[in-house]
Amino acid sequence: MIEISNICKSFEGKTVIKNISSRFEPGKTNLIIGASGSGKSVLVKNIVGLFQPDSGDILYDGRDFINADRDTKTEIRREIGMLFQGGALFDSMNVERNVKFPLDVLTRMSEEEKLDRVNFCLKRVKLENTNKRMPSEISGGMQKRVGIARAIVNNSKYLFCDEPNSGLDPQTSIQIDRLLQEITDEYNITTIIVTHDMNSVMEIGEYILFICNSHKLWEGNNEDIIHSGVQELDDFVFANNMMRRFRELS
Amino acid sequence: MRRVGQYIMFLGALFRNPESFRTYVRLTFDECIYVGWNSIVLVTIISLFIGAVTMLQTAYNIVSPFIPDSVIGLIVRETVISELAPTITAIVFAGKVGSSIAGNLGTMRITEQIDALEVMGINSVSYLVLPKILATLITYPMLVVMAAFLGISGGYIAAEVTAVVAPVDYVQGLTTQFNPFIGTFAIIKSLVFAFSISSISAFMGYYTKGGALEVGQASTKAVTVSCIAILFGDFLLAQLLLN
Repeated sequence: MIEISNICKSFEGKTVIKNISSRFEPGKTNLIIGASGSGKSVLVKNIVGLFQPDSGDILYDGRDFINADRDTKTEIRREIGMLFQGGALFDSMNVERNVKFPLDVLTRMSEEEKLDRVNFCLKRVKLENTNKRMPSEISGGMQKRVGIARAIVNNSKYLFCDEPNSGLDPQTSIQIDRLLQEITDEYNITTIIVTHDMNSVMEIGEYILFICNSHKLWEGNNEDIIHSGVQELDDFVFANNMMRRFRELS
Repeated sequence: MRRVGQYIMFLGALFRNPESFRTYVRLTFDECIYVGWNSIVLVTIISLFIGAVTMLQTAYNIVSPFIPDSVIGLIVRETVISELAPTITAIVFAGKVGSSIAGNLGTMRITEQIDALEVMGINSVSYLVLPKILATLITYPMLVVMAAFLGISGGYIAAEVTAVVAPVDYVQGLTTQFNPFIGTFAIIKSLVFAFSISSISAFMGYYTKGGALEVGQASTKAVTVSCIAILFGDFLLAQLLLN
């Protein structure tokens, strides 16, 4: 479980995150939603330690992340897997080496064990027989799946995804969403997904945190969101005709 | 001043939270091929021509019958070993390797590959930059030694081809009054230049912000600042070591 309390972050005097507190439980797909520029990616980057919050606390299963010494911080970070918006695969490495990378650097497994684990993870994301292909030779959806395989290869306890559906067609997006939900459920991972894709919200949003203008404005799940009664959230969720019709029907 | 402070902190981060020794050996070896081996052709061409031109220019400028032709060989040797091989090669090296280091790290930064390393708990500065600096420190002095040898050989080839000076006189000049310290001087210079090029270029690339345009700008800035550092270092070392 990841608990955050009163997280604040500003850049050059401009507040991007203000007093955000929340609790992300394991085995659940936790979604952070909000308009572009609302601060959701910055919040996640604070949680994983890419940014240092100005104030507030972050606890990973009770372990204080912000005030931890370097070794504890490294230990926690090694339990984190992250899927970046563009995949962030290493260009110079093929699919197999990309997925094997965390094992090469962070573990003392034998080469055979590593390859077994890599093949298992690639199979899990339905990417068998792509081991030797370079990132530039595979589609965006496949790159995202390689990114997921790399994020879980080291048996991560915490999985972060920054807009996993950006740039993908609706069908591939749903495949990625379902894959993330299955993996979360199967390995009881604490998963946090940053998105503004409403299909994802409705499909896998077991816990949803809505951020608006740097503040937490609402939290709930994909059933509550339809009748939240929060104007800003309604404007965000029901921005298009299809969603408005969906609300009327439901 | 802020940038200078950031650069010093960047260098400090090279040795923080390092990975295993084996990892660095492997990465440094890969970088040696990329940085050193792949520069051999360029350095060969440049050195041969620089040596040849230096010989011709010296010969055409020494017109006094009181100065023996062998002096030409002596001047070419001194100029190539102490100045042209370490410094001109460094400027070319900054253009080739420095821009490549900055471009590589800049691209990794904007495509979040560096963030991916950090999230895994890997010190990205140490993991990505230290092998590049080590590889440059290992291979650049070797390239300078090669450049010096080829530069002098270029002079000899030019003497043979143009007959401006008799090859025998040229060789006699090469072996006259040799002070071994200029070899040491060239190696010291090459180490300073290697460190400057690799660390400055890595620094420029590592802190790239924005997109493809900024990556290009970082590469250009890396070459410019490296060249200034080389010339400044060249002046400083000449003053300190030859005085």
